[in-house]
Amino acid sequence: MSGSRSFLSRLRDGDEIARLITFVFAATVVLISILLVLELWHDSVLPRHKFGLGFFRTTTWNPVEGDFGALPFIYGTLVTAAVALFIAVPLGIGAAIFLAELAPPRVSDTLEFFIDLLAAVPSVIYGVLGIFIVVPLMRQYIAPSLKSILGFLPLFRGPAYGLSFLTAGIVLAIMIIPYIISVSREVLLSVPRDQREAALAVGSTRWESTWKVVVPFARSGIMGSIFLALARSLGETMAVAMVIGNDPKISASLLAPGYSIAAVIANELAEATSELHTQSLIELGLVLFLLTFVLNGLARILIVVTSQRGAGRARA
Amino acid sequence: MKRIAGIIVVLLGAAAGVLWADALSINGAGASFPNPIYTKWFDEYHKKNPNIQINYQSIGSGGGIKQVTEGTVDFGASDGPMNDEQLKAYQDKHGSPILHFPTVLGAVVPTYNIPGVDATLNFTGEALAAIYLGKVTKWNDPLIADANKGVKLPSEDIVVVHRADGSGTSYCFTDYLSKVSEEWKTKVGKGTSPNWPVGLGGKGSEGVTGTVKNTPNSIGYVELIYAEANKIPYGNVKNADGVFLKASLASVTAAASGAVKDMPADFRVSITNAKGKAAYPISTFTWLLIPEKFSDSAKRDAIKGFVTWMLGDGQNYTEALSYARLPKEVVAKEKKALAEIQ
Repeated sequence: MSGSRSFLSRLRDGDEIARLITFVFAATVVLISILLVLELWHDSVLPRHKFGLGFFRTTTWNPVEGDFGALPFIYGTLVTAAVALFIAVPLGIGAAIFLAELAPPRVSDTLEFFIDLLAAVPSVIYGVLGIFIVVPLMRQYIAPSLKSILGFLPLFRGPAYGLSFLTAGIVLAIMIIPYIISVSREVLLSVPRDQREAALAVGSTRWESTWKVVVPFARSGIMGSIFLALARSLGETMAVAMVIGNDPKISASLLAPGYSIAAVIANELAEATSELHTQSLIELGLVLFLLTFVLNGLARILIVVTSQRGAGRARA
Repeated sequence: MKRIAGIIVVLLGAAAGVLWADALSINGAGASFPNPIYTKWFDEYHKKNPNIQINYQSIGSGGGIKQVTEGTVDFGASDGPMNDEQLKAYQDKHGSPILHFPTVLGAVVPTYNIPGVDATLNFTGEALAAIYLGKVTKWNDPLIADANKGVKLPSEDIVVVHRADGSGTSYCFTDYLSKVSEEWKTKVGKGTSPNWPVGLGGKGSEGVTGTVKNTPNSIGYVELIYAEANKIPYGNVKNADGVFLKASLASVTAAASGAVKDMPADFRVSITNAKGKAAYPISTFTWLLIPEKFSDSAKRDAIKGFVTWMLGDGQNYTEALSYARLPKEVVAKEKKALAEIQ
């Protein structure tokens, strides 16, 4: 193909220029990620040499003595993200199905406007709402009733101060639901009409066509929205720092205070006076990057596996 | 048309001349606790000396020490004195030392929320240390109750609240606890973000205050300025002479006077638990960190001029902003030390 048209003529047509410019843009994204990791790696040399892999296993975080371990923060990050997804996924997907399939278009579009608005609210506002509304509710009503009903589980034991893993998870859920709804709705709306009509033609009810045909068709897109939400909840800083209690301990109880990676970096970096302390915080940043990377990788594998299985079943 | 354009150009030129008439720009960075008074000072000083413009970024004490050591700013500011290791790092990099100059004083006060208790509570240092170590867990523990005869304290669990973000407030508070409790000193020590044995972490003064307000039977600590500005009730603390004292600007200044006798020449001194009947025990200096040698003599003279003004007229701005002023003895000492800057 290149033989038929000279480089110069392609350049004149603008194809080559467009290709070059967009390639540079695409490459920048990769380059920034690589630079980020290199920088984090380079600036965390002290704790990497001093603690090695023990950094991931130990639970002490003592800036005064210069002893640092990341486990309570990794635990807090994963637990709050898990709680958030546990609450937000059913709610978000349910709402998206309603908006895309069942609601009248005018209602759907109006609600979509408000959902997009919610997604744009800064996280510090969610943190303030968390402190003034979710925390008191948690302490006075939610935690006592959880304890009396589900108190036999270790998940809901111990004193409830209001600041806890569960509170952080709930606030995160409120923050990520708009993402899940917004993206899932778009994906559901883009499912071809033929799919629905075919299902209805063979005698399905409206709900059967939605649940058995449209949702499975849109599955990988919906998964995508969940992973976007997961990434956001892993990295959320401000709102979590305001409601999690900021106590680097590992507790089985969701009602106990904890700490997350992003929150400790935001809290301590500005006043970290020893070099080891600063670098340990930077290594935590590296850990968070790694965590996001691994979870995203697992997510991709999950999508591939489930869509293959789905395809297999369809053939059978 | 041309004339209008001409006028605009002339006006712009004049404006630029006024704004940038070889104004000497000096940059500083550091502690956030004194930021309101520093901003006021630099602004007032600029009004009096239009040719000198001092810019200050409140990025935290740790950041201030780092930036001045790196040489990216002309001076630093910190709520805690630099330690020997940091001084050595500075000396190694620049070949000359860095000096500490106290500017104003601050204090830390205990605040609490106990339903049914309106009285101002008395706290001994031992009681505060035991509460924050998690050893005293009930409000009616004798260690608290004995200092508060006549107040009916509940038999409820104490909810301990501390700062989660690294802060000079925590440094001052833990410095005090280290002085009054041997166990605190060995188990926890002092620092901007120590490893708290118990308690919830609130983000910033507002986080601590909010948590204490919302949580029955809780205790926390905040800066005096913050408590005053937000009308938060706070308790008395027993000082080294055995007097229970409520923090006030006068009692904080008295703490600095009490410590002046043992003050080292470099001003790196903690004034927590200071001697004197009128001295509030959880008080602290905040410092400017100024290099001893300047390569730029104009900058050197400007900074020396500012510090001289700050120690004199500048101190009159402190009370309006709820900072405690420096005692006369310290001002006299600092004026002498200023001569060392070359």
